[in-house]
Amino acid sequence: MKKMFTLFALLAISLSTIVTVHAGTPAEDTEALRGYLQKTLGSKANLDEFINGTYALNEDAREQWMEIEEFPPYEIDLEKGEEIWEKPFKNGKSFASCFGDDISGTRAKYPYHDEEKDTIVTLEGDINKCLKDNGEKPFKWKKGNIAAVSAHIAYAGRGGKIDVQPKTKKAIAWYNKGKTFFYSKRGQLNMSCADCHVYNANKKVRAEPLSPALGHPSHFPVFRSKWGNLGTLHRRYGGCNKNIRAKPFKAQSDQYKALEYFQAVMSNGLVLNGPGARK
Amino acid sequence: MRKSFRLVSVAISTLTLLSVVSIATVNASDESVIKEGKKIALNNKKGNCLACHLITGGGEQPGNIGPPLIVMKARFPDKEVLKAQISDARDKNPNSIMPPFGAHGILTADELDKVTEYIYSL
Ligand code: HEC
Ligand code: HEC
Repeated sequence: MKKMFTLFALLAISLSTIVTVHAGTPAEDTEALRGYLQKTLGSKANLDEFINGTYALNEDAREQWMEIEEFPPYEIDLEKGEEIWEKPFKNGKSFASCFGDDISGTRAKYPYHDEEKDTIVTLEGDINKCLKDNGEKPFKWKKGNIAAVSAHIAYAGRGGKIDVQPKTKKAIAWYNKGKTFFYSKRGQLNMSCADCHVYNANKKVRAEPLSPALGHPSHFPVFRSKWGNLGTLHRRYGGCNKNIRAKPFKAQSDQYKALEYFQAVMSNGLVLNGPGARK
Repeated sequence: MRKSFRLVSVAISTLTLLSVVSIATVNASDESVIKEGKKIALNNKKGNCLACHLITGGGEQPGNIGPPLIVMKARFPDKEVLKAQISDARDKNPNSIMPPFGAHGILTADELDKVTEYIYSL
């Protein structure tokens, strides 16, 4: 009897998540999200422009941003990233030994699902893996050297397209994990990512217009004026979680890797344009 | 007869006086409650209502996620209904983005009462 009750309780919980999250294949979900944004944002919704976040929708802010992009604040980081890229490790090898000499297609490979290890591999994850494999100390995850090297690779890969296709059962499970995270309410303020970046995209929180979720992963790492330096996508995830008074997860945790994977699938076909600059 | 009339009129004027005095004190405390409620509502670590709502006299550059909080008495004649909306917006809209200020302990019961008085006065 007790067992039966738990079963019912579990069923009720899982049903309620399905209702808010909607069951769908990655392709169906992408269509639904695009359709929704197109419908709610109307003529403003040039989806290809969403790689520019809030500046895709906001004339005044866009002009200021384009002026900033003339002397990009991430330029110093690009130089630093290149230096780190070229500096040999203690064993004489360098990053090129892991990523190859031509890195124009490297950014577009991430994130991907590793079927054997059943995990999501991110660009930042592989940067640190390369260091460890070569007997070097890994970088800290959210800013500094890791963001600089990530920016160097992103810059070389500008113009490529996001193309992340979960095909196997295990890959789809990771996708679904990210999707559930994205649509679940959390924190004392009880908000989901979708509350702000889907249902209220282009509305303002106080003076700040909200970017649509589509295109979020295209331009990271980002130099954010508020940070005063360059940061990774997972750093930004942590910030948005803190803002709703939810405990942030660690950068490169399974939760954030799944979230990145889901957001990338949603953004399939959009142009990679990192690193970016934001307010 | 005359005496009793005088007695009645004295009684009436005393009553009137008393009620004037008591109305005056209620008004004074109302106003300070409203003032406190305003502080809590606008404090961005407490209500932070301006993040989503325009409030006349509340501050510059309000957000526009929620409707403007104007002519509240017309839309919420029952103060308790207004308080319930602020305490837990999910009762009316289960997927509301508005934080459940009472239910999640973002505001204390006392703060919730004061914010309600302030919003009701708008
Ligand atoms: C209370 C509203 C709110 C919630 C909830 C929220 N964010 Fe944000 N987010 C913002 C604001 C405001 C910004 C800065 C303006 C902008 O670029 O959208 C931002 C920025 C971002 C950016 C950077 C956008 C860019 O163009 O560089 C990403 C990525 C992001 N959020 C992801 C998320 C994810 C994922 C979640 C859920 C875990 C989330 N956000 C939850 C308000 C929110
Ligand atoms: C993150 C956004 C957000 C914040 C913060 C917020 N609200 Fe709301 N509020 C909304 C939305 C959206 C609605 C529309 C109804 C709904 O979706 O629940 C709403 C509706 C209301 C209504 C009903 C208005 C009507 O005409 O039906 C009242 C009253 C209200 N809010 C008061 C407040 C007060 C007081 C605060 C601060 C203590 C506050 N809200 C903070 C988003 C917000």
